[in-house]
Amino acid sequence: MRWIWIDRFVEFSPGERAVAIKNVSLAEEHVHDHWPAFPVHPATLMIEGMAQTAGILVGQARNFEEKVILAKIKNARFDDLVTPGDQVTFQAEIETITPEFASTKGTVLRNGEPLGQVDLMFSHIDQNLSGVEFPKENFVFTGQFMRLIAPFVETSDD
Amino acid sequence: MPMTEEEVFEKVKDTLIEALGVDDDEVTPEAKISADLGAESIDYLDITFRLEKAFDIKIPRGELMPDNLLNNPEYVQDGKLTGPGLEQFKQQMPHADLTEFEQDPSVDKIMDLFKVQTIVNYVMSKVN
Repeated sequence: MRWIWIDRFVEFSPGERAVAIKNVSLAEEHVHDHWPAFPVHPATLMIEGMAQTAGILVGQARNFEEKVILAKIKNARFDDLVTPGDQVTFQAEIETITPEFASTKGTVLRNGEPLGQVDLMFSHIDQNLSGVEFPKENFVFTGQFMRLIAPFVETSDD
Repeated sequence: MPMTEEEVFEKVKDTLIEALGVDDDEVTPEAKISADLGAESIDYLDITFRLEKAFDIKIPRGELMPDNLLNNPEYVQDGKLTGPGLEQFKQQMPHADLTEFEQDPSVDKIMDLFKVQTIVNYVMSKVN
């Protein structure tokens, strides 16, 4: 299993807004444990899907120079369940962005209908956590994440 | 836009309830943001952003909570603020009540200075 909880970006406005979709499939391992008789795509993985959508939006806004990591879930709310066959849409918008942090607001849709809200805060760890040294290369934005937005923005060849 | 202290307190209280997920009755003027309300470092940032929005003010980095003192050896020695350190701290934090802190200015007590009233005082100085 790869830790990628969005399938495709359908909209990408640098520095402002990004929209990504995720198709939930009965072929995914995790729904057979959650739960055996009643497969449901977990809310935690939808929060992660939003974090990936918004995190890539925030990272690209500063040219992937920062190591952007999820620091706080300000608000997460889902009004219904998501099951195999559903398509989840993550609409993320940057609310605030500084060299050290970013704050995003997000709406989640299920098959095009409103499902919930996920608002997040990200930390740019090189600018914070003084004294802790991180590897020079950006280990946050690698491979698959970069390929997802290749259709929308210029990225350097891996 | 001038506001009364009561109005500011109510809005600060709402901000803290949203940012920290605490109950209405936990947010008293003397409540310490970290020790009593459970705020961690990322929460301070969330609170700052929310206060900026709620009161339509700008909170420059280091103004609500000085961030340049603790790394300076002139201001901090053996885990306590030195004379010059305390002076500098007083200057940068007119919104905090330092009377108790002055008796024993140890660095680990700094976070206790941030009470709800401290934030109310700071916001009052920005909106009035």
